[in-house]
Amino acid sequence: MLTCSEVLAELSNYLDNEVSAELRQGLEEHLKDCPNCWVLFDTTRKTIQIFRGTEPYPLPEGLHDKLQEALRKRMEQDPPGQN
Amino acid sequence: MIEPQSARILDDAELVHQAKEGSVEAFGELVNRHDRKIFRLTQHITRNREDAEDALQETFLKAYSRLSQFAENSQFYTWLVRIAVNESLMKLRKRKGDASVSLDDPMETEEGFVPREIGDWGNNPEQQYAQQELHEILDRAVHSLPAPFRTVFILRDMEQLSTEETAEALNLSVSAVKSRLLRARLQLREKLNRHFQRGKLSC
Ligand SMILES: [Zn+2]
Repeated sequence: MLTCSEVLAELSNYLDNEVSAELRQGLEEHLKDCPNCWVLFDTTRKTIQIFRGTEPYPLPEGLHDKLQEALRKRMEQDPPGQN
Repeated sequence: MIEPQSARILDDAELVHQAKEGSVEAFGELVNRHDRKIFRLTQHITRNREDAEDALQETFLKAYSRLSQFAENSQFYTWLVRIAVNESLMKLRKRKGDASVSLDDPMETEEGFVPREIGDWGNNPEQQYAQQELHEILDRAVHSLPAPFRTVFILRDMEQLSTEETAEALNLSVSAVKSRLLRARLQLREKLNRHFQRGKLSC
């Protein structure tokens, strides 16, 4: 049986599906019987999902224009495909 | 004004190829495609709006002038992220007046990270917050991480690069990426716990 700290050490790899079949089985057995580790696993998984679910905001209008303008200037100075 | 191409959706590699051959439109489309994600990245690393805007602009200007050096068999986006990370870290160092801000491992005094608060979150705990409020909670949590953990987390769990791509972009070993990611995720979980724990109101 894996200890709680061994489970903690592998939590991230387990969530990323980067553990061997044997280790996976050991982790799943522990998680089934240890409520603390299960909640830790579940809330860490949710943490990742929440961040993965956020979309970046579009650039603010002014910033978008500023960026395009800087690029346009650079491209005029130094046309693409010239180097 | 650079407008995106509309004919058909080209992948990054095709656009890079066209840009290298002199297409201004192709490079413009690459910018439009990635600017918001790069801006999110520069904002999270620098934690400063002005620096993030400068780093965003520098990233695309550098990408443009270095385009001829870009190896077409690699991923454009990963390459762009690497430039953006470097630009952001430079800003961060300058702002802190401290050349020691680096991606080196922070001093670890403990053997590992021990979670302190553990509570059930229930399903979809994020839905108890309005979107704006949720964004603020998440931003604050990420910004509180030390830079070496923060950058790994941003690349892996926000930009969704693979472990290997993250290692390459940050010039770290795969095992360093994994150990930092574990600690970053556990620290974030801890920080979010008080907002998402079932039956608890936000404070
Ligand atoms: Zn346990």
